[in-house]
Amino acid sequence: MSTLVLLTITGLGLGAMYFLIASGLSLIYGLMGVLNFAHGAFLTVGAYATWWLQGVLDGIESTAVSFVLAAALGLLVGAAVAALVELVLIRPLYQRHIEQVLVTVGLALAITALVQGIWGADARVYAVPDWTIDTTEVLGAAIPNDRFVEIATAAVVLIGLQLFLRRTRYGLIVRAGVENRAMVTALGIDVRRAFTLVFAIGGLAAALAGVLSGIYFGSIDPERGTSLLIFAFIVVVIGGLGSIGGSAVAAVVVGLLQQYANYYASSGLGDLSVVLLLAVVLLLRPAGLSGSTATA
Amino acid sequence: MTVTPRALLGALLPLVLGLLLAAVPLLSLDVPWLFNGPLDSPGTLQVLAACLVLGGVAMSYDLLFGYTGLLSFGHALPFALGVYVSAIALTRWEWGMWAALGLTLAVGLVVPLGLGAVGLRVGGIAFAMVTLAFAQAGAVLVQKNPRALTGGDEGLGLSFERLPDFFVGVLNTKNLYWLALAYAAFVFVVVRWAVGSSPGHVWQAIRENEQRVEVLGLHPYRFKLMVFVLSSFLATAGGVVYLLVFGGATPAVISPNFTLALLVMVVIGGTGTRFGALLGGVLYTYLDQRLPSLAGSSEVQGLPGILRTPLSEPLFLLGTLFILLVLFVPGGLTGLAARGPGRGLRRLEGSLRPGGTSGGVTAQPEEVG
Amino acid sequence: MSALLELRDLHVFYGQSHVLQGVSFDVRAGGVTALLGRNGVGKTTTCRAIMGLAEPRGKIALGGHDLTRLPTHRIVRLGIGYVPEDRDVFAGLTVAENLRLAERNGGARYELVYDLFPELRERGRQLAGTLSGGQQQMLTIARALLNENRLLLVDEPTKGLAPLLVTEVAHALERIGELATVLLVEQNLGVVRRVARDVVVLDAGKVVHAGPAGELLSDPARVRGLLGVSGGREVRSIA
Repeated sequence: MSTLVLLTITGLGLGAMYFLIASGLSLIYGLMGVLNFAHGAFLTVGAYATWWLQGVLDGIESTAVSFVLAAALGLLVGAAVAALVELVLIRPLYQRHIEQVLVTVGLALAITALVQGIWGADARVYAVPDWTIDTTEVLGAAIPNDRFVEIATAAVVLIGLQLFLRRTRYGLIVRAGVENRAMVTALGIDVRRAFTLVFAIGGLAAALAGVLSGIYFGSIDPERGTSLLIFAFIVVVIGGLGSIGGSAVAAVVVGLLQQYANYYASSGLGDLSVVLLLAVVLLLRPAGLSGSTATA
Repeated sequence: MTVTPRALLGALLPLVLGLLLAAVPLLSLDVPWLFNGPLDSPGTLQVLAACLVLGGVAMSYDLLFGYTGLLSFGHALPFALGVYVSAIALTRWEWGMWAALGLTLAVGLVVPLGLGAVGLRVGGIAFAMVTLAFAQAGAVLVQKNPRALTGGDEGLGLSFERLPDFFVGVLNTKNLYWLALAYAAFVFVVVRWAVGSSPGHVWQAIRENEQRVEVLGLHPYRFKLMVFVLSSFLATAGGVVYLLVFGGATPAVISPNFTLALLVMVVIGGTGTRFGALLGGVLYTYLDQRLPSLAGSSEVQGLPGILRTPLSEPLFLLGTLFILLVLFVPGGLTGLAARGPGRGLRRLEGSLRPGGTSGGVTAQPEEVG
Repeated sequence: MSALLELRDLHVFYGQSHVLQGVSFDVRAGGVTALLGRNGVGKTTTCRAIMGLAEPRGKIALGGHDLTRLPTHRIVRLGIGYVPEDRDVFAGLTVAENLRLAERNGGARYELVYDLFPELRERGRQLAGTLSGGQQQMLTIARALLNENRLLLVDEPTKGLAPLLVTEVAHALERIGELATVLLVEQNLGVVRRVARDVVVLDAGKVVHAGPAGELLSDPARVRGLLGVSGGREVRSIA
């Protein structure tokens, strides 16, 4: 029983990270039709910016304070890089989806290589506040506290995104744009501003996932973004492209399945069963779990 | 049938190029800057052989992406099948070369048939992600090292005992070079023949407008499966040659970066063109092999860190070069010669949004009224 | 009588097909100008070109202001409201949200819109995708009326509607014609007869007739010649 609880909460923690990446991917794809391969690079950049400021603040501030400050910088960097990418590289290729995808592919390769060139290929250890490593007992299982941080963060982001989409004018523009971008411009709205905004939000969420992955794994390496991105892609497809709610559900399913299969079957089987799940979902419902594309 | 000068050139050019390339191992020519040793030295021949193999694999990918408009992010998988299945058969099971080859090619037909049958049920971006996921499953399998077959991270060295003598030893590198050249020529001929055949015309029609193909009463799914299996099979064959040239299998051949590299090669050279993918594959592989030694050169090491760091990362340079090409030369290098609308990448536009099921962009009206 | 909208030698290509082949006409300020023609002659493409959705060659000017190089949202902000064909509402958004999206710089005329289409007020929280065809058409018209526009482009508002609804939409168009200049694409000649002051007839990507509505519509043989037999039949579809 306690093993099951541990696996479940750990799976949810993993799913939380997938969701943070997938939500941005899904919004960007839904609104702009861009499959953003550079999304993993936003994650990596944010995570490394956090690690860098931690090093600078080391000994000046307490671990907890420096961690929060460093994470805040990481998120800002993630959002700024993403917005810059949209403005400089994606916007000139407006409506040319293949070329936009290819540019993000090039960025993914270049940014990952640059990070590796600057900070090396080896993993860098994250200095995390002690209490995140401590455990809390839930139903007889000792759960590392960082799992709760990940789950709570993802929940806050999910609620925040829903509020943004439902309650703000830009959220309204994004939801309408996912349905029909041309008609939004025909109402006199400059939809390109929403593009930059969605990229920035996606970059911020990806950087957040990067920081959380630093806590979860205890370290960060240049390939982290790429390896998490692949599962986030699977989550986006299973959840239905363009659907935040679908992404959340799919992220939980994928995270749990991965943990259970890795433990109860054999290590490594978790990843394979996720791919199998994808194949099954595609065979049964080619549009993904949420059915249509235009829901938020 | 009259033979126009252009058609004659089209037939002669590949032949002349092939003969020139075949003569390379016989030339003891020094090419300063481009290569460390003379052309017939084993080191140079191995670099050239790698260029030719990957040029061939890039052509097989172009069949899928450039000619049919199917954006696969999993072309590393059939290639890695060729590398690993033959490595396992030769090294772990100690099969003979022909038996190992037979098994590899059989696997190279059956696996893409199954995966294509599932993956092609979706189109556009979803297909890209599904193929990415399948390739990832392959990567996990290699990593997991079941029954110590794949060697996990370490990779799998090739045992040369069961190979014919002429493929073994440094002095026989020229034979491997010729094998690589033969492979590239084979893929070139097959691709040219296939895109000129009647299914080949359907593939290109699918790239232009899949719905129109459906309206004509043809079943796009079958044709897509056909090209998927053919292109995968060619990649698997390339994997076998790659194994022989490099003498071992490493997990790098199944990494997502490898598929992305193939995409980069095809786009650099020019999608859906006769020589583009080959040229792109050769150029990319050459830079990938040579840039690290450039980074180690005293000129680069003497630069300040802000310049040295990016210059020592081949993938950074290649990625940046790629972005610049996509932004400014979307027709690729071969497109530079013949620029105009509707070439190269521009022609692939729309293949990412099949059947109008994703999103609802009315940039192009369904009917003109 | 000055021209509010001028089109001069307008060409549009979709791939290989040359859809508009030098279209020129004026829309006089005030009242309704109807754009007529058989299916596929380029009526919707003309609207899309004016809206910046079709990359035209040639000149389009609103009150002397060149529109051809502007992005769609800037064209709209110069004072053009667009009612696209096929009742193109945002199906996943509520009626109120559809209207809210159309608001520009305050001054949204909700009173006017709800006065014209009282149903939209009652159904504010309903998803636009669940409205009936007639209600969706009203919503697209309401979206364009919400702001004060100099010109309204209305593309086939009665297509596929039941006769009773056609009458209702025609009534709305009459009211709208008093508020702004309207360029109306319409197949139903009964509606045209009721609301239009001028008509422009397109055929095969070119203007084949332009002039006062009454003059053309009182000559059935001419109508048949320009618009085909179906035109004559549709005259009777609204009393």
